[in-house]
Amino acid sequence: MEKNKILEVKDLKVTFHTYAGNVQAVRGVSWYLNEKETIAIVGESGCGKTVSIQTVIGLNSSRTTDIQGQVLFEGKDLVKEDMKEIRKLQGDKMSIIFQDPFTFLNPTMTVGKQIMEAYREHRKVTKKEAKERTIEILKLISLPDPEKNMKRYPHQLSGGMRQRIMVAMALICDPKLLFADEPTTALDVTIQAQIVDLMKELKTKIDTSIVLITHDMGVVANMAERIYVMYAGQIVEHGEAREIFYNPKHPYTKALLESVPRMDNRSDTPLSSIPGTPPDLIAPPVGCAFAERCPHAMNICRKEQPAYQNFGGEHIAACWLHHPECQKRLSLRRDEHEQQ
Amino acid sequence: MEEKTRIFDEHDFDPIPEQDRHTDTVARQSTSYLKDVWRSFCKRKTALVSLVVMAVILLLVLIGPEISGYDYYSNDYTAINQPPSAAHWFGTDSLGRDLWTRVWMGGRVSLLIAILATIIPYTIGMIVGGISGYFGGKLDQFIMRAIDVLMGIPQLIYMILLMVIMGSGNIWTLVIAMSITGWMSAARSTRGLVLQLRNRDFVVASETLGASPARLIAKHLLPNTMGILVVGMAMMIPSVIYSEAFLSYIGLGITPPNPSWGQLIKTASETFRYYPYQFIIPCIFISITMLCCNLIGDGLRDALDPKLRA
Amino acid sequence: MSSNEVILELKDLKTWFKVEAGTLKAVNGVDLTIHKGETLGLVGESGCGKSTLGRTIMRLYKPDGGQVLYKGKDIWKYKKPEIKTFRKEVQMIFQDPYASLDPLNIVHDVVEEGMKIHKLYPEKEAREKRILELLNMVGLNQEHEYRFPHEFSGGQRQRVGIARALSVEPELIVCDEPISALDVSIQAQVVNLLKDLQKKLGLSYLFITHDLSMVKYISDRIAVMYLGGIVELAESQELFDHTMHPYTKALMSAIPIADPDVEQKRRRILLSGDVPSPVNLEAGCAFCKRCGQAKDKCRKERPKLTQVRPGHFVACHFAGE
Repeated sequence: MEKNKILEVKDLKVTFHTYAGNVQAVRGVSWYLNEKETIAIVGESGCGKTVSIQTVIGLNSSRTTDIQGQVLFEGKDLVKEDMKEIRKLQGDKMSIIFQDPFTFLNPTMTVGKQIMEAYREHRKVTKKEAKERTIEILKLISLPDPEKNMKRYPHQLSGGMRQRIMVAMALICDPKLLFADEPTTALDVTIQAQIVDLMKELKTKIDTSIVLITHDMGVVANMAERIYVMYAGQIVEHGEAREIFYNPKHPYTKALLESVPRMDNRSDTPLSSIPGTPPDLIAPPVGCAFAERCPHAMNICRKEQPAYQNFGGEHIAACWLHHPECQKRLSLRRDEHEQQ
Repeated sequence: MEEKTRIFDEHDFDPIPEQDRHTDTVARQSTSYLKDVWRSFCKRKTALVSLVVMAVILLLVLIGPEISGYDYYSNDYTAINQPPSAAHWFGTDSLGRDLWTRVWMGGRVSLLIAILATIIPYTIGMIVGGISGYFGGKLDQFIMRAIDVLMGIPQLIYMILLMVIMGSGNIWTLVIAMSITGWMSAARSTRGLVLQLRNRDFVVASETLGASPARLIAKHLLPNTMGILVVGMAMMIPSVIYSEAFLSYIGLGITPPNPSWGQLIKTASETFRYYPYQFIIPCIFISITMLCCNLIGDGLRDALDPKLRA
Repeated sequence: MSSNEVILELKDLKTWFKVEAGTLKAVNGVDLTIHKGETLGLVGESGCGKSTLGRTIMRLYKPDGGQVLYKGKDIWKYKKPEIKTFRKEVQMIFQDPYASLDPLNIVHDVVEEGMKIHKLYPEKEAREKRILELLNMVGLNQEHEYRFPHEFSGGQRQRVGIARALSVEPELIVCDEPISALDVSIQAQVVNLLKDLQKKLGLSYLFITHDLSMVKYISDRIAVMYLGGIVELAESQELFDHTMHPYTKALMSAIPIADPDVEQKRRRILLSGDVPSPVNLEAGCAFCKRCGQAKDKCRKERPKLTQVRPGHFVACHFAGE
C-alpha cells in the first residue's frame, strides 16, 4: 500500500533571540508523517520537541524568533504562509492537545460553550447543530453525563475530565492531524491509562494522524508506529517503533531506554542513568551534542557532528560509533587484542 | 561517496576517558539578578531617557545654587520681577531674589522631602507588613484592621496637629506627617507579597532548616519583595512631591523665605498675570520630575517582571 | 541495611483542613514506622494526602489527631532547643526544583544557610571546604558554586536542593516527589544519587511519589495511600509479587511499560472515574466507589490495615481471598 505523506518538515531551524544570547532550540530537523499514522517525537525537556511542533502549527511567530526550513502540509509551506491562513488550519485541519489543560481552557466559560465555539469558528452551523455535535463528541470521548457536564466550568471538573475536554475540542472538526504535546504527563497514572486508551480508540474511529510528543517511553511503546529521538535540537535516531525499542543504535536512545525503570527487575540492581545535563543551546557544542555524556565518546565526537548512518529500512542514527571507519578501527583493535 | 575518500586522524576514534568528560558544564554567562534587571531596563527607551533627565535635575539641584553667584534669600530691590536674562537665568521675583537659585534650592527641599517621605514610611511599612504577613492569624487581623481605621483619617488632620506641636514651615513636620499616613499602604502591599511568598518552597525549605522568623523575613521574604516595593517607592515619589506642593500652596507646608517648588508656585501665583515665568518655571520642573519618576517606576516594574522579559 | 531501631513513628495521624464545603480529611488516621537506615516509599495519586503527610511530619502542619514521634518523642511537645535539633536532624527535598531555590541566592549561599543556622563549621575556611565537599557529593563543583539557580537545569537544581538538605547532616530526609518534575534519565540520576548517599551516610528516607515503578528501586518498604489512608504496606518486592489491594493492583496495571510487545498485549485493570473528593468522606472503604469487587460490607465499614502475610498489611475486607 502506497503511503501518503500528510506532513513533512524539512531541515527546520528555530532560533530564539533572548537577552542572554541566541538560543538554537531546533537545529535542523526533518521528519514526516504518513496518513493515519502515529509517530512519536521523544526526548528530554529542552530538546526542542515542543518548539518544533509549535512552529509547525504557527504558535512561534514573533519578532524574537527566527525560523528556517520548510513545513509542507497539503502542498503549502506553512513557514512562508500568512498567519491568517495558518489560523484557519488551526483547530480545523490540525489541532493540538496540550500538557496542562487548565491553562488552555477559559475559566470563565462553560466547557460546552468552549467546544461549541471551537466548532463554530470553522464551520458555518447553527447553534443547535453545534450543540448536537458537541454532545456527540462528548459521548465519543466517553465523558459521563455529557449534557450535565458541558454546563460546568473547567475548575469544576477533575484533571482527567479536563484533559478529555481538551481532546474533544481538538477533535470536534475531525482534524486530519492531531498533535499531542505530553498529553498524559500532568495526569495520574490511572487517568493516564484512560487517556491513552481513549486516544488509541479515537484514532481508529476517526482516522487522524497523530504526532505524539512525550518523554514517557511507556506511552510511546503503546501508541507509536515510528519514533524520532531528539537530543539538543536535533534528531539523533529515527526508525520503526520496534526497531528503536529492540535494536537502538544511538547511545542516547540506549541510555534513555535503560533509564526507564522496569517492573520485572529486582530492586537491588541500580538504575542506569545518564550523567550530567544536556548542553545549553545558547552555545551548542561543535561536535556531537551528546558526546560529553556518552559512555562511548571518542575524540572525533567533540570535533565534528556525525552524519546519519543507515541500518536498513527507515532506521537511521547519527553517531560516529557506526561510521564505517570507526567500525573498521574497532575490529582492528579487537583483532590486536585477540592476538595478544 | 565522498565519505570514502576522507582520511581520519589517527586518534579520532580513540575513546575519551571518563574523567575528561565535562558532563555538567554551564555554558551560559553568569549574570546576577541586578545585571539582568538593568539590561532589561535599558531596553525601555522612555524609562532610560527619564532616568537621564532625572539625573540632570538631581545634578542641578545639587550644584545649581552654587554656580549662579546669588544666594536664595538676599533681596535686590534694583532688580525686581526681571524676566530671564544673562544675569538672572530664570529672572527674579518680587523681592529681587534670583529665581534660578531659588528654583534649585526649592528643588533640594522638595526632593529631600520626597525621598525621606518615601523611604521612611516604606521602611516602617515593610517591617509591619512583613511581620503581619509572616505570622498571620490574629496579629495579622489586628494590624490590618488598625490600618483600615487609621487610613480613614485624612492627612490634613495630622498636618494641622503636628504643626501645632512642632511649629510650621519645618521640613520635618512635613516628613513626619507624610510618614504617618504613608506607611500604611506600604504595609498593605508588603503583606500581600509576603503572603504570596510565604508558602513558596524556598521559604519552607529555609524554615525546615531551622531558620528563625527574623531570618526568613530578612533573608528571603523581604529581598524577594524588594523589586516590587522599589517600584512602589518610585511611584510614590511623585505623589509626595505633589502633596508637598499642595500643602505648601495652602500654607501648611514650607514657609518663606525657605523655598520649595510648592512654595515658589504659591508666591508666583499671586502675580501670575504679570510675571507668568515665575509661575511656569517651577511648574515645569515639578511636572518633569513627577513624569520621570512615574516612567522610571513603570520601566522598573516591567524590568522586574520576569513574565514581561524577553 | 535497615536496623530495628525506629526513627519515626506515626500514630493514628490526622491532618484536616477546613474548607468551604466542610472538612478536608487530607490525612485520616495513618500509622507508619520508619526504621533507621530504611527507605519507606509512600505512593499515591494526586490529592491522596501524601504531601500533607510529609509536611505534617516536617512539623509544618499541626495534626488534628494522633502523634508524630521522632526518636520516641512527640514533635509537638518539643521545647525550643529540641525543635532546633529536630530541624537539623530531619530534612526535606522538594518536588519543584524551580520553586525550592531562592532566585536571589547563589548556590554557595543556599548550601551555607543551614550551616550558619546550626553553627556547624563556624570557621569560614572549614565551612567553605565543606560546601565544596557537599557540592562534589551531588556531582557539582566550583564552577557551579557562585551561580544563580536560574542558570541551571532541573536536575542540577534538584541536586543543589539535595546538597542543601545534606548541609546540616540530617538523619531522616522526607523526599516530597523529588523526581516527578524531572526527565526520566535525570530521575534515574537523582534516585541513584539518593541511594548512594544513603549507603555512605546511613540516612533514612521517606520517599513520597506517585510513580510506583521508580519507588521500587529505592524503597525497602512501600506504603500505598488512597484518600488519606494507607491501603497496603509491604516490603517492596513482596508488594510487587503479591499485590493484594484492588487499588494497588489497578495502579500497577496502569504503569506504562517501555516495551511495545508487552505494552500492546497486556490487559489493564481500568479504574472508572476519578479519585473522589476527600471533603466530607463517607463511611466505608474509601475505594469502594471505584472498586470492581465492592460489596455491601465495603460501603458500610471502613477496613482496617491488617497483616495478611508476614510483614504485608492490607486494608481490604476481602484481601487474601
